[in-house]
Amino acid sequence: MKACVLVFPGSNCDRDSYHALSVSAGFKTQYVWHEETNLSGYDLIVIPGGFSYGDHLRSGAIARYAPVMKGVSAEASKGTPIIGICNGFQILLEAGLLPGAMLRNTQVSFRHQWVTLRTETTLTPFTSTIDQSCLLRMPIAHGEGNYFATQNMIKQLQDNDQIVFRYCDSEGNVTASSNPNGSVNGIAGICNKTRNVLGMMPHPERASELILGGTDGTLLWNSLSRGL
Amino acid sequence: MELYCGILYREDYELLTDSTNTETSVTDDVLREVSMTRSEYDHIADLLGRAPNGVELGMFGALWSEHCGYQHSRPLLKTLPTEGDRILIGAGEENAGAVDIGDGLAVVFKIESHNHPSAVEPFEGAATGVGGIIRDIFTMGARPIALLDSLRFGDLSNPRNRYLAQAVIGGIGHYGNCVGIPTIGGEFVIDNSYDGNPLVNAMCVGILPHSRITRAVASGKGNPVILVGADTGRDGVHGATFASLENPQESARGVVQVGNPFLEKLLIESCLEALESGAVVGLQDLGAAGLTSSAVEAADRSGSGIRLNIDSVSRRTTGLTPYEIMLSESQERMLVVAELGREAELFEIFDRWGLHCDIIGEVTDDTDIVVISGQKEEARIPIKHLTNAPTYEYPVSRPDYLDQVQSFDPCLITEPNSLKQCALELLGSPNIASKSCIYQTYDQTVGSNTVIPCGSDAAVLRVKDTRRGIALSTDGNSRMVFLNPRIGAAMAVAEAARNVVCTGALPIAATNCLNFGSPTVPSVYFQLVEAVKGIGDACRELNTPITGGNVSLYNESGDQQIQPTPIIGMLGLLDDVEKRCNLGFVDEGDRIAVLGSVHGKLDGSEYLKIAQGLTAGNPHIDLAFERRLQSACLELITEGLLSSAHDVSEGGLTVCIAESAIAGQIGVELNINAIDVRTDELWFGEGPSRIVISYKPEQWNRVNAIADKHEVSATEIGTIGGKALEFAGDFTLCLNELTTVWNKGLGTALSGAVSDD
Repeated sequence: MKACVLVFPGSNCDRDSYHALSVSAGFKTQYVWHEETNLSGYDLIVIPGGFSYGDHLRSGAIARYAPVMKGVSAEASKGTPIIGICNGFQILLEAGLLPGAMLRNTQVSFRHQWVTLRTETTLTPFTSTIDQSCLLRMPIAHGEGNYFATQNMIKQLQDNDQIVFRYCDSEGNVTASSNPNGSVNGIAGICNKTRNVLGMMPHPERASELILGGTDGTLLWNSLSRGL
Repeated sequence: MELYCGILYREDYELLTDSTNTETSVTDDVLREVSMTRSEYDHIADLLGRAPNGVELGMFGALWSEHCGYQHSRPLLKTLPTEGDRILIGAGEENAGAVDIGDGLAVVFKIESHNHPSAVEPFEGAATGVGGIIRDIFTMGARPIALLDSLRFGDLSNPRNRYLAQAVIGGIGHYGNCVGIPTIGGEFVIDNSYDGNPLVNAMCVGILPHSRITRAVASGKGNPVILVGADTGRDGVHGATFASLENPQESARGVVQVGNPFLEKLLIESCLEALESGAVVGLQDLGAAGLTSSAVEAADRSGSGIRLNIDSVSRRTTGLTPYEIMLSESQERMLVVAELGREAELFEIFDRWGLHCDIIGEVTDDTDIVVISGQKEEARIPIKHLTNAPTYEYPVSRPDYLDQVQSFDPCLITEPNSLKQCALELLGSPNIASKSCIYQTYDQTVGSNTVIPCGSDAAVLRVKDTRRGIALSTDGNSRMVFLNPRIGAAMAVAEAARNVVCTGALPIAATNCLNFGSPTVPSVYFQLVEAVKGIGDACRELNTPITGGNVSLYNESGDQQIQPTPIIGMLGLLDDVEKRCNLGFVDEGDRIAVLGSVHGKLDGSEYLKIAQGLTAGNPHIDLAFERRLQSACLELITEGLLSSAHDVSEGGLTVCIAESAIAGQIGVELNINAIDVRTDELWFGEGPSRIVISYKPEQWNRVNAIADKHEVSATEIGTIGGKALEFAGDFTLCLNELTTVWNKGLGTALSGAVSDD
């Protein structure tokens, strides 16, 4: 299993993603600089969290023009699994590889906490082996994670089974109080129609070792390994 | 953003740069501008054998300020213990101290203040404070892995203080979150004495292999001096002298710098990469007094000279004078001394990270700093004159208030009618209530090292690729220092050490930030002198040498001096991070005991302040006992006997038990036979050297034996279980109610929704 982690100026979860993939998941992992354009040959592409280009203009707005995004688009259409985490999710939205947009959190401020997630679909390479009756725990850390899409788009996402994760309470109920950022329908992660591009705000790479408080993130890496 | 203020007026500048000028022509206004006395000016003229010109005077003014030259504190700081087996780089040698943690790794850490800028422009002041301390850490070659912040504000019923607090918290979060360094701890304390003069102390911790420890030296004749990062502007001109002024609010806002965490992140990555290349001779950040202090300090460390051609400095604005270029405190700039002939390698690295750099000078083999612009020599000063700031020892006078506050007699206080009411009031008060509303705006887990985040006695990080962990804590109780400066300061060291001990870590080194009022006031200077003695006492006893730190004086607003506030940052080491301990109660049926005295004293307690409106008493600490207590607790944890350990501090036993109960979401039943002890002393009394532990009932004999071995008392006081906290028949708290009160207290106060009742 060969993975790469993209590095933009201002990426700050690149090293964490690298560590989780190489140490916890056992993937052969490489960093790829934002000026590269060829991303062929990888079984997984990770767009990590951080503040690419200082979040200038708005999160992900500049990164989507980086040369490496040409490679990401090409691989997306080839069906290579691509996961955008936090800022990576924002970049995928800006690049149009996923539908919708990201707004400031409803409380306006940055928010860091552990959240509980419900897996809405196992029909993705990232969630294929996840037991949906088990809720996942992982941290969020963002100021702009309030996912927004029009009613029409939400309906399409639902009809196409593209909603992958929702914030929920400890019983698995998606409620207003379990929603940390005001995201529409409690959405924490979505995939594209062809199901190989996943964007999510929570950080699975920070929940990939027991000593860090949880290993639910490894369920994603395991699904990816199993799929290949 | 760049206001033309806080700098010399052009006429003054030209007057001063006229070489025919004599020293008598320097006006008092000019001297005030550089925060210098006339006798200092005359001294400089003697040293140089001529009158200094404007640029030179500005350079002296900045480097002889308290902020850079430690004029008032250097003789005191020399008395602190700084040596130890683990110390790789000692206090004052480099930008931060370095401590050996085994496995060929070192930890670099330091705490620094940014109080005055934060009083004027709290968001940017706090943000650039964080940025500055991060640069001190990666300048050493270390990767920054954690931030902690000690914050002090005036009463939150005042909207200005709420604004300052919210903006400071915002600035800290913004900078740390963006650069991707987790903020994992700190303190937040409210006291009237900080009204108008908040304290913002930021600590950064980095890690690196011994082999990568980098010195901030400019050595090797002919080696090029490269300035990397932000362009230079007028921001922060006079920041160093500004921090040494009384009432800085009256000076200009333009003095405060503006931070760019994105640029800082690029500097971190590019500098660490540049160090790997082997082409770097020395690395020095530009902090207070900008290019002047970084060039002078770097050259001074190697005994070299340095020649700067400031026409090569890239600017972000036009019309900068040599004076402004030399004193600008524009943020996110680094000075890199390269090996001659290998500049291109470094340029390539910085270029790849999108950073601008210029060769602005070279190392020379004389001992002067020479500043050139055009064909003109703008300054030539022997470096030793700049780095040997005159030191002052002021008259010391024991403050009059001490006799009054120390003669406090608890018998004159009536015990509260309702202990329960009192307990809830304490738990909901800003100094004791949960700080989660602040912490949740900080990224605490980026870096994937965080094992115990904000909210415990100390934070714990794992050290990747080893079994080890490090524990970090900041502490300082200004009320105790106010009541007895020497004892209060020793207590700050003891508590910081006790905090890391409660996680199972051995305290190995400390950093300090001394926040005091004006040293020219004899009673304030007394506080400073005594507090430094107290820190020394405790650090020697606990074997935690001071590896560096910072002094911030002139913290006052109007006539009001702040309470003396030494803050201690403590580094602890866990050989096996899996053996860590935390504060939350764990299992039904576990027993609870107190190591040390079961009840505390009312002296200086939060209870006395909140419930009785009094700041009084004379605190006491037995440092030898403290050391034995910490050894006992550490042995109990490393033997795997404890389920939890929690330091008893503000709010006494009640708050300590409540916090452990809330963390574990489980109740307790306490049974204490406390005859002849006042109920308020028992439940809310404070004092050092006390830890509440919990353990399996069958371990009691072993627990007791280890305590005995260290000559420390261990007293069983109750059992864990249920959903209520039964305080030995005196009062009962419901866990749900308690959790709500504790969780909401600070958020309510910060939002201004708190009522006066």
